[in-house]
Amino acid sequence: MFITNIEAVPGKRITQHLGMVQGNTVRAKHAGRDIMAGLKNIFGGELKGYTELLTEAREEATARMVQQAQAIGANAVINVRYSTSSISAGAAELFAYGTAVVLE
Amino acid sequence: MESLIILVVLTTLGYAFGSVIERRHFASIIAREHLLRNIMCFSARTPPSDIGPVDSQLVGGNVVISIDYFKLIAAALRGLIGGRVSAYETLVERARREAILRMKVAAQDLGATQIFNVKLETASIYNGYQQQTGSVEVYAYGTALIPHTS
Repeated sequence: MFITNIEAVPGKRITQHLGMVQGNTVRAKHAGRDIMAGLKNIFGGELKGYTELLTEAREEATARMVQQAQAIGANAVINVRYSTSSISAGAAELFAYGTAVVLE
Repeated sequence: MESLIILVVLTTLGYAFGSVIERRHFASIIAREHLLRNIMCFSARTPPSDIGPVDSQLVGGNVVISIDYFKLIAAALRGLIGGRVSAYETLVERARREAILRMKVAAQDLGATQIFNVKLETASIYNGYQQQTGSVEVYAYGTALIPHTS
């Protein structure tokens, strides 16, 4: 599965557009990580626990999008966009979407 | 009175540690930006047509950076009179430059020299209590172009 955020794939031709595919995940904060984050909120600096959490969540959203694209017979997803939204105080939604296509 | 003492102590700690962490982070960002300057980032949507044979792959980097207590108080005071909140400006700048650097490292690992259609996404992560901004996340992503080695 080929993933890109530009509209065309250099050196390849798109033979078929299959429409939009998407994947999302909602993740809540880990209580243990939150205690560390509370301390970091006083001193500043990077919250590594949250960085990892959001990386994992984004990978999962991408994987779900890819799964959907495979289900409809695509071999690439182009024009991929990511979006993040805070749903409530302790949870965030990660969302990935793009256009499923068939490359020759 | 006790709460005032706690506030003063937290603000002082935040200022002392926060400014050291920020200064070190900026020094590290500048040093790594210099090392990775051969990887070029473009916000152009498509690469030029004469780019030659390349492979492309989506790369990204993210970072979550927390505010410190001094910044929180400084921003709250600034909120009363309006104007530039420079305490937050540097926070978001650090996060953006760090995210771009991590994206560049991911591109370098693939042997890429250029990244096209770079998008930056910023999200604030709130603390439950009082809904103040606790930290900011920046995700930078783009399409890395990997020249054919043959």
